[in-house]
Amino acid sequence: MTFTLFLQHLANALSLGSLYALIAIGYTMVYGILRLINFAHGDVFMLGAYLAFYGITMFSLPWWGALVLAVVVTAVFGVGLERVAYRPLRDSPKISVMISAIGASFLIENLGIVIFGGRPKGFPVPEVLSRVIRLGAVSVQAVSLLIPAFAALILAVLLWVVNRTKTGMAMRAVSTDLDAARLMGVDVNKVIAFTFGAGSLLAALGGIMWSFKYPNLSPLMGVMPGLKCFIAAVIGGIGNIMGAVLGGFLLGFIELMTIAFLPDLTGYRDAFAFVLLIVVLLVKPTGLLGKRQSEKV
Amino acid sequence: MKKFGIVLMALAVLAMSACGPKAPTTVKFGVFEPMTGANAGGGALEVEGIKLANELYPTVTVGGKEYKIELVIADNKSDKVEAANAAQRLVDKDKVQVVLGSWGSSLSMAAGPIVEKAKIPAVGLSCTNPLVTKGNPYYFRVCFIDPFQGTVMANYAFKELKAKKAVIIREVSNDYSVGLAKFFADSFKQLTGDPNAILAELNYNTGDQDFSAQLTEVKKYKPDVIFAPGNFTESALVIKQAKELGIQTPFLGGDTWETPEFIDVGKKSVEGAVFSTFFATEVPITETSKVFLDAYRKKYNKEPAAVTALGFDGYLVAREAIIKANSLDTVKIRDAIAATKDYPGAAGMITLDAEGDATKSAVIKVVQDGKFAYKATVQP
Repeated sequence: MTFTLFLQHLANALSLGSLYALIAIGYTMVYGILRLINFAHGDVFMLGAYLAFYGITMFSLPWWGALVLAVVVTAVFGVGLERVAYRPLRDSPKISVMISAIGASFLIENLGIVIFGGRPKGFPVPEVLSRVIRLGAVSVQAVSLLIPAFAALILAVLLWVVNRTKTGMAMRAVSTDLDAARLMGVDVNKVIAFTFGAGSLLAALGGIMWSFKYPNLSPLMGVMPGLKCFIAAVIGGIGNIMGAVLGGFLLGFIELMTIAFLPDLTGYRDAFAFVLLIVVLLVKPTGLLGKRQSEKV
Repeated sequence: MKKFGIVLMALAVLAMSACGPKAPTTVKFGVFEPMTGANAGGGALEVEGIKLANELYPTVTVGGKEYKIELVIADNKSDKVEAANAAQRLVDKDKVQVVLGSWGSSLSMAAGPIVEKAKIPAVGLSCTNPLVTKGNPYYFRVCFIDPFQGTVMANYAFKELKAKKAVIIREVSNDYSVGLAKFFADSFKQLTGDPNAILAELNYNTGDQDFSAQLTEVKKYKPDVIFAPGNFTESALVIKQAKELGIQTPFLGGDTWETPEFIDVGKKSVEGAVFSTFFATEVPITETSKVFLDAYRKKYNKEPAAVTALGFDGYLVAREAIIKANSLDTVKIRDAIAATKDYPGAAGMITLDAEGDATKSAVIKVVQDGKFAYKATVQP
């Protein structure tokens, strides 16, 4: 393999990895606060992409207008989802909430099939983003440069919110001990609603970025990315925002390098991601950057 | 998720079987097609054709009594496991006389053993893998098969494009894609006389969205042509990402590309993509072609796809067989379908051979200005 080919592979991996990272952050945030794996995250991702699609095609909004609108509406939807599907189960066993999350996921997917139709749709990618940029022998799509920039920006904003603001302090308190935080006067419901809103906002943003890169919408489009980013979040250490970013990049890198160096195993691409999950869970269950936590009684 | 579906389905079947049998007043045609999932675009095109035929010819007369033909649509969800469930449902619960479909050879093959066991004839419409009908006396089809299609495209690559070296990109989990790729490779090697004419065979999975790693490899080989048969959305993304990586090599494919989604997803990047298919509206072949085209244009106000014509034909062949058999016994209907000879379908004359396959000419089309344009007809 020549050096330029390797650089091209590297550019591909970075561009896929940054997408994974963007979506994994949302997973990890919700888990960090609630110890809940939000299985509907991938479907919220799908919803964001479809809203942007309809914003552009039906209401002829400019792409950035559709993006902002879709992201806001999806965030509101996320808050609503938490209110309806998770909050009533706040004091139930964890397993009930998880089952509720799986139910919510199926409900959104199948509503998607009924409302949006089962046939795939092509996303109208704006000219600015689909333009190809050549850096020497390496070609990348403009959107592939935008995604890492977005991911970095969001990471910075989130770290600032979590570590420097009052809401962030409340989030950390709820994450450490929900009941104690409530006793100290933290409005737990508000903090959790905020987390869900932010998580869904990121999912929608991820979904729209995904569609800019892979302009193929279908109601089940969120299933695979959802699972992959869940894996990315676990690899990095679920609950840890930096870990999610690291896990996302690592997963994108491993996936593409497998195909590049072991082309005969391409058919097992998804299997590699899941094997990686099993290995991480066996060897270092807390993930690369996760902290060991004693089980709360 | 799938286990849960099977349990639900088993419950549904139990609940239904509680009702007693009634004297039939209708003939049921099972429409076994992907209505959701990755192949839904193709399934929808075939269902359009079947429904149109049902509107034009809604009844069938058996033993002097007129029966209404009822279409029972079963969604096989573009998934091999779900396809087996859907076929089982058509056979057990709906008790259909004939099964039509499915778009996608893998899905049809999943239904093969089920219809054979139930002794219910199935008519494939555009599933081209030889294994769909091979060794299965109950599966037929109204289209040509992939050994022919592979040869057609290899000929095109060698004679029209003067290609000497090719790279194959195939959807490794799809029997249609793997089969067609093999027939293309065999034929291309023979034409060029060069056993190394296929530089590489690269794989991807159904549902993959990112092909950048495989395409970066293609750059290394510098082929004259790329043959990439596969599902339409994945193929469109393959071509789009190839253009983004600066690959200018022409792309060739198979009949599955002819869906509106191929252009919708690929947009400008699929311009110039060439593929083989069954029928072109520019060259009507039979009297039935005219009936079909007039009815379709009037109803949908657009041009039909080749597989829509095949959906129309499959319905007519099954209906004609019931008339000839003059019976609703599925084994007799099967024998009548097997004896189909010189039946004028919308997409050409249909004569089924010993394996139950039709021998027909192929049509080559190209994507031009966002439309599928007719290029040439190739006789078998």
